[in-house]
Amino acid sequence: MDQRVSDTREQIVEGLRQIVPAEVAVTGTTHIMRDLNLDSLAVMDFMLTLEDRFDIVISLDKVAEVETLDDLVTVVEQLRARKLKS
Amino acid sequence: MSILNKFAPLRQTYDQLRAVGQNPFEMVFDEMFSPTEGLHKGRRTILLGTNNYLGLTFDQECIEASVEVLRQQGTGTTGSRIANGSYGGHRQLETDLAAYFNRKHCMVFSTGYQANLGMLSTLAGKGDYLLLDSDSHASIYDGARLGHAEVVRFRHNDPDDLAKRLRRLSSEPGAKLVVVEGIYSMLGDAAPLKEMAAVKREAGAWLMVDEAHSLGVLGEHGRGLAEEAGVEADVDFVVGTFSKSLGSVGGFCVSDIDGFDVLRVGCRPYMFTASLPPSVMTSTIMALKRLQASPELRTKLHANAHRLYDGLKGLGFKVGPQPNPIVSVALDDPMLAVAFWNRLLEGGVYLNLALPPATPSNLPLLRSSVSAAHSFEQIDRVVQLFETVGRQMGVLAALPPMRRSKPASNTAYPAHGDLDRAIAIGAR
Repeated sequence: MDQRVSDTREQIVEGLRQIVPAEVAVTGTTHIMRDLNLDSLAVMDFMLTLEDRFDIVISLDKVAEVETLDDLVTVVEQLRARKLKS
Repeated sequence: MSILNKFAPLRQTYDQLRAVGQNPFEMVFDEMFSPTEGLHKGRRTILLGTNNYLGLTFDQECIEASVEVLRQQGTGTTGSRIANGSYGGHRQLETDLAAYFNRKHCMVFSTGYQANLGMLSTLAGKGDYLLLDSDSHASIYDGARLGHAEVVRFRHNDPDDLAKRLRRLSSEPGAKLVVVEGIYSMLGDAAPLKEMAAVKREAGAWLMVDEAHSLGVLGEHGRGLAEEAGVEADVDFVVGTFSKSLGSVGGFCVSDIDGFDVLRVGCRPYMFTASLPPSVMTSTIMALKRLQASPELRTKLHANAHRLYDGLKGLGFKVGPQPNPIVSVALDDPMLAVAFWNRLLEGGVYLNLALPPATPSNLPLLRSSVSAAHSFEQIDRVVQLFETVGRQMGVLAALPPMRRSKPASNTAYPAHGDLDRAIAIGAR
């Protein structure tokens, strides 16, 4: 379980690294829109890539819950767990 | 601390636009001379950003019929159809639209925005899924937000991406409604509807097409992209607007689905708003007749669209992927686009300025919408002005000295749309 959570986090950070400049720090409390200077459209497009990476469906109301990287890891992790159960 | 403080960044952008010149979102026309000319600050200005595709706003028959009904039935209905009752015109318009689309049912709404708000929020309920093209118009996103369905985006105009997302939902029991647009309003690109329809069939999903920019524009009879792509049978719901090709205001949905009429008492944006005034319905009924009786309007529209698209492309401007009545020029920098837009206006041409993030690829757009009512002379003046401003501002300077070839006029262009969307800052 913990292994998978850390894998989720690692993959999300790796994805973010591709759209934000290298010098910008990304930690658990990083506010995704404000600190990474992403607009709502960029965030929604990033979600498309996460959906493909993890083979899950992140609906827009789930996206609305996300503020920080930790929030995003939690949402993705829940969806991954749900998928494994089904 | 003002309740409006959260708009500080938007306010800043807005003020910047004012500082450069005319604010593109505060345009006032003191007079309208025709579908293609208005008076702005004392200057006769060519209107090239009004979505008046068939130029029917000044159609004499529409005006006469509308004026007569205005005198007979008054200025407004003063309320909703549920509370105040329907006028004969509401039913007539619905009957005419259903017949035109060869569908069993039609509901009219007070605007096109409300048609999307109403249909999306009502059709897809709790446990259902809405699958939206990522470049969808604001009315589609807002309709999705108003309802209780789960909302999923797929990559713009990408049937494989849609198929992938539907596959991920295959074990979920709820209904899946796919929503696409006939022509996207920013770049004028059409959806690959045939492929989308195949994906929809395969997945057992429902399909809605918003023909706002394609009604009267695409298809042999002008019924839009679904007609042109030959997939009308696969399209479960067609929504659209009266405020573009039909020259008035209002929206509609047509469908063959059994039990459609229950939506009249279940669809809140239909039930709880004032219905269309009788004079508006009459002009719309007449305009729909004109649309059907005058296919030459469509031929002229596409000839004009081709002339503008070819002219601008020939000069070296970056245009959308397909020649369509929406012709957009992408520039590299928002402030350059604002300045360019102001120079066009000073030269007597009004079109739309679309700024990121409301644009595909995050590039600012000078967005034109061509009308059948434009003359070739007007289109040529626009192209010349683009060239003059483009060279003055250095947008074209780096190009080889390439002269515009005269577009082959009068040739009806094989209609096929391609790229389009939102108009203003924060539209999405």
